[in-house]
Amino acid sequence: MTTIANPSNTRSFDIRSLGFLLVPLIGVAITLALHAYFGWTSQQQQAVYAGTMRGSAPLLFGALVGIIGEKSGIVNIGIEGQMTLTGFAAFFAAAASGSLLVGVAAALSVGMMTGLFMGWSTITIKMDHIIAGTVLNVFAGGFTNYYYAQGKTMPSFPSWPIPVLEDIPWAGKILFQHGPMVYFAVIGAALLHFGLNYTRWGLRTKAIGEHPSAADTVGISVTKLRYRNITIAGGVAGLAGLSILQSASSFSNTGFSSGRGFIALAVMLFGRYRPFGALGAALLFGYFSALQSQLQLFDTIDIPSEFIGMIPYAFTIIVLAALGYAARSPAALGQPFEKD
Amino acid sequence: MEPAATPATGRFADGPSDEIGPILLEARGITKRFPGVVANDSIDLTLHKGEILGLLGENGAGKSTLVKQLFGIYTPDEGEVFLRGQPLPINNPGDAIEHGMGMVHQHFQLVGPLTVAENIMLGAEKTGGGIFGVLAGRRAADEVRELSERFGLDVDPTAVVEDLPVGVQQRVEILKALYRGAEILILDEPTAVLTPQETDELLQVMRDLAASGVGIIFITHKLREILAVTDRVVVLRGGKWVGTTATAGSTQESLAELMVGRAVVLRVEKGEAHPGDVILDVKGLRADDDRGQQAVKALDLSVRGGEIVGVAGVEGNGQRELVEAITGLRKATGGTITIGDDDTTNWSPRHISELGVAHVPADREKDGVVGGFSIADNLVLNTYFKPPFAKGIVRQFDVIDAQAEDLIEKFDVKTPSIKTPSSSLSGGNKQKLIVARELTAINKLIVAAQPTRGVDVGSIEFIHSQLIAQRDAGHAVLLVSAELDEIFGLSDRIAVIYEGRIVANLPVEDATREQVGLLMAGAGVHDEPVNA
Amino acid sequence: MRALQGPVLAIALALVFGAVLIAIDGKNPIEAYGAILSGSLGGIDQIGRTLEKATPLVLAGLAVAFAFKAGLFNIGGQGQLVLGAAFAAWIGYRFSLPGIVHIPLALIVGGLAASILGILVGALKAYRGTHEVITTIMFNFIASNLTTYLVAFPDGPWFEVEGNASNISRTPPIQPSAEIPRLLAGDSSGIPLGFLVAVFAAIVIWWLLAKTTFGFEVVTVGANRHAAVYAGISVKRITVITMAISAFLAGLGGAIETQGVVGRFIPGDNSGLGFDGITIALLAKSNPIAVIPAALLIGALQAGATQMQSRAGVSPDILNLVQAFILFFVAAPMVVRWITRVRSLEEDSGPQLSSSWGAA
Repeated sequence: MTTIANPSNTRSFDIRSLGFLLVPLIGVAITLALHAYFGWTSQQQQAVYAGTMRGSAPLLFGALVGIIGEKSGIVNIGIEGQMTLTGFAAFFAAAASGSLLVGVAAALSVGMMTGLFMGWSTITIKMDHIIAGTVLNVFAGGFTNYYYAQGKTMPSFPSWPIPVLEDIPWAGKILFQHGPMVYFAVIGAALLHFGLNYTRWGLRTKAIGEHPSAADTVGISVTKLRYRNITIAGGVAGLAGLSILQSASSFSNTGFSSGRGFIALAVMLFGRYRPFGALGAALLFGYFSALQSQLQLFDTIDIPSEFIGMIPYAFTIIVLAALGYAARSPAALGQPFEKD
Repeated sequence: MEPAATPATGRFADGPSDEIGPILLEARGITKRFPGVVANDSIDLTLHKGEILGLLGENGAGKSTLVKQLFGIYTPDEGEVFLRGQPLPINNPGDAIEHGMGMVHQHFQLVGPLTVAENIMLGAEKTGGGIFGVLAGRRAADEVRELSERFGLDVDPTAVVEDLPVGVQQRVEILKALYRGAEILILDEPTAVLTPQETDELLQVMRDLAASGVGIIFITHKLREILAVTDRVVVLRGGKWVGTTATAGSTQESLAELMVGRAVVLRVEKGEAHPGDVILDVKGLRADDDRGQQAVKALDLSVRGGEIVGVAGVEGNGQRELVEAITGLRKATGGTITIGDDDTTNWSPRHISELGVAHVPADREKDGVVGGFSIADNLVLNTYFKPPFAKGIVRQFDVIDAQAEDLIEKFDVKTPSIKTPSSSLSGGNKQKLIVARELTAINKLIVAAQPTRGVDVGSIEFIHSQLIAQRDAGHAVLLVSAELDEIFGLSDRIAVIYEGRIVANLPVEDATREQVGLLMAGAGVHDEPVNA
Repeated sequence: MRALQGPVLAIALALVFGAVLIAIDGKNPIEAYGAILSGSLGGIDQIGRTLEKATPLVLAGLAVAFAFKAGLFNIGGQGQLVLGAAFAAWIGYRFSLPGIVHIPLALIVGGLAASILGILVGALKAYRGTHEVITTIMFNFIASNLTTYLVAFPDGPWFEVEGNASNISRTPPIQPSAEIPRLLAGDSSGIPLGFLVAVFAAIVIWWLLAKTTFGFEVVTVGANRHAAVYAGISVKRITVITMAISAFLAGLGGAIETQGVVGRFIPGDNSGLGFDGITIALLAKSNPIAVIPAALLIGALQAGATQMQSRAGVSPDILNLVQAFILFFVAAPMVVRWITRVRSLEEDSGPQLSSSWGAA
């Protein structure tokens, strides 16, 4: 027999694997053009970039939630609802207790409960994944509306400037003077990248998303691992909710997540299911929401604020349309696993 | 029925007495019921060390169900399994693997985007320790390399599985079992996807493994292979055990009769062909597969009225893309397709079918029927829009129903009613439904891809006779099949496809199985044979 | 009758769950539900109010159900409905026409404005593989922003300048000739004629799906895209047309709301209606005729909500939760079977949509 030694079969370096770098590069190009157009001062530009970092944290966390779920074979369009519920829980728990840590614990545990719910509906009772996510979204809207109480305040998130690095001229203010959630988001992407590519957990997770029966026939419990992963993802959704809270510093029952849970899915697709790809994509999307708020703030140009408000949403559609069929989903995505 | 003897002496009389090793595996009274059917009815089976046991039966005879219970994928409703004399509850594949069983499934259980080494170690990963379970990738690759050398199963551990040819993927499957120390190997229809040469290689690997002490259960419905490699054969029919015989002394005819339950004519009866004008003419055709790779490369092919041209080839050599390009389901990136007098290159599927082109698709569940639709609706799937089935945009249900009643009668589709959803039909009846729909219209050209795959012998005979009737009525028939027996039985001419080209065009009288087999494997295309 | 079992049990269970939440709040669930009952069915006025509430719900439900048939999930009913409402208002106030022309013209322009959005969604799906769940949600935000801009104080092109002392962002009132009249309106508010328009739309959609070749194409695409291509159906064309019709229905719902109830366009006035459509479509198992009773049920809950608040002190927001429960139980017959021990309940596990996610 012959050995198959076709170079295309082996995992060699592929220039396309650097594709995620394109995203920030495009972003930089667009920003430079726009900033020149608006004639912004260096300070204003700094504000936009720092806002980009803040705005991309929830999107990145949301995309990581999506990646964990989809790599395991579960479509999660309930991220919006998860962010809403965890943000709600964190805000009112922190407000009632006066402790931020209690809020964090509330976000994580509620997030994991929502993850368990997604797991139970899609794995155990085999509900259509998109319907299950919709149930979660509708429930989140109803629940937070019904139990919302006005006039609460919570302790604000600390700012964690990174010593030394924050003093780097210009860039230090943009990159290293943030609340904890911004750093955690980047760390989260790195951890997930490592986990998916270099650990047993990652190998098994990819297997149950691509070909669950293959995993089953070598003795891996598809059901258990899917449950575990979607629950972990729920915890990450809690971090997404906390990231929104870190910027907004209070919960609003009329527009807390404002579609970020769905934009996160676009971020995931644009990042081609890769954590670092999602990081790049989140920065790009984050930039456009930062641009939106800065434009509204500075009021330097004569565009109605409603149109500026459309920017992140229109951008999402444009990016997805440009992406086309490029993102390859895990093969067994959305299909219930049945033993034949 | 077989005597319920003790395992120690049970079937020694049946086997080759000089080479019998100790019993590895024994199943007693295995019964499995699914809603509406008894898939396995009290089946017994023993496997000895170093033995190759054939498991023979038609599609739907219960072979796969049986081994899935041995391997813990299904739990038997009744019966017991003994491993090395110990009764062992095997509740999941994990248990089976732990007790030294390995299975190569009919549909490969490989994760496409992962590498060979990753696939092989999946579930039994080597890690560098620590709580994170960091994979020791290099060590695993070395072990896989060592293992593949030891058993003569050559693969590159770093290759990505989905890029490998099926024959190599199968080696990965076998290695996966051996990596886990399997002493019992179950091979479920392993030759269905292989060339005759690859099949021979696999049979040799099986002999070598058996010689080193592995017990092998070999599932197939190909009599030739059973005779070539097994020591004993267990035959199933309709979920029941019908016999266990020693291979030595059996013939194709005796086994076929056991398998089907009546004397079977292994040859298709057909008269002389009377080829007329060229109806299908494909010149220099190019088409891409779903991943954008060129799958059909400057392909030439023609079919005359009144003849059946059989396209022989190993699956994945461009047959699917060829059929889809002819029927308009896939874009041709180059070349021309002429049907009758029309250049139909890149016409829409509707336009082509209206020209009188029938298409029996290879993947019947995916393309051929809409499972949730009634039989009546499926029978008008591509004629629903025209008279008499519709007036304007309004569908005419009385006409649709009348046609359905007529066709299920004529084509022997066994169903309680024309309103029954087609998803509840058996594979053979679904296929007859499709054949009924496609052959009822007035056709010039019939494109039949894998028309009898997964179909029972009775339906195969019926479908074959229908295709021959079409030929005798002067229509052109293009048959694409992975079964050489079918190609040889039906075709007037054989066109061998290899890597997207027709590499040979032979009148059936002049062709031999060996020659076609070699051509399918690419011999004569490259300077040296691929499997040297 | 067996087909009714699932939805009825789902509603019953959801109401029980809602009652538990009300009771936990220390309120009386029987009083609350009693108030809903009398507030929605207690008299001719109340029934009229229920029909009024149900009208856009029928259309929003139809929009979702019709798209389901082609395997598409239109979560964008909200945005489409808002566009329909705004454009119907514009035709309604801007032009003076005889009623026989004005009413249908405003309705149709409202529907068409929405169907432009639908065509965009359908085309993105068909030609770029962009999943409609994301695009329709994004278009919800865009449509909301766009309509808000149109009527915004002070510069919105459709902003009501005159007689708007408190500078509320809204259009001027529509002309009487564009108002949809009411039947039997003596002393009472009467039966809103718009409801009949919605019922008529449901019948048309049912007829299209069940009796025509176009309907067969839609259902085939939804049931098996590969077989549809094989059968010579253009999946792309059907995807675009289906989304256009689906959005038209939602837009029509918004237009009727403007012309029959509100009398002008005020942003935020009809929020949530699009999402109610999902619950209704699932409750009706995507059957266009069954959408009518499903919408009436949700409409009745909403019509009685005010009474529930005033008499039992329960916030109307509880109904969103009840609706989430209904949605869940309809989508999970297995759970309903398990809780209620009704074994004969159908196995049907609701629509399957996820298979179309990502690369098609």
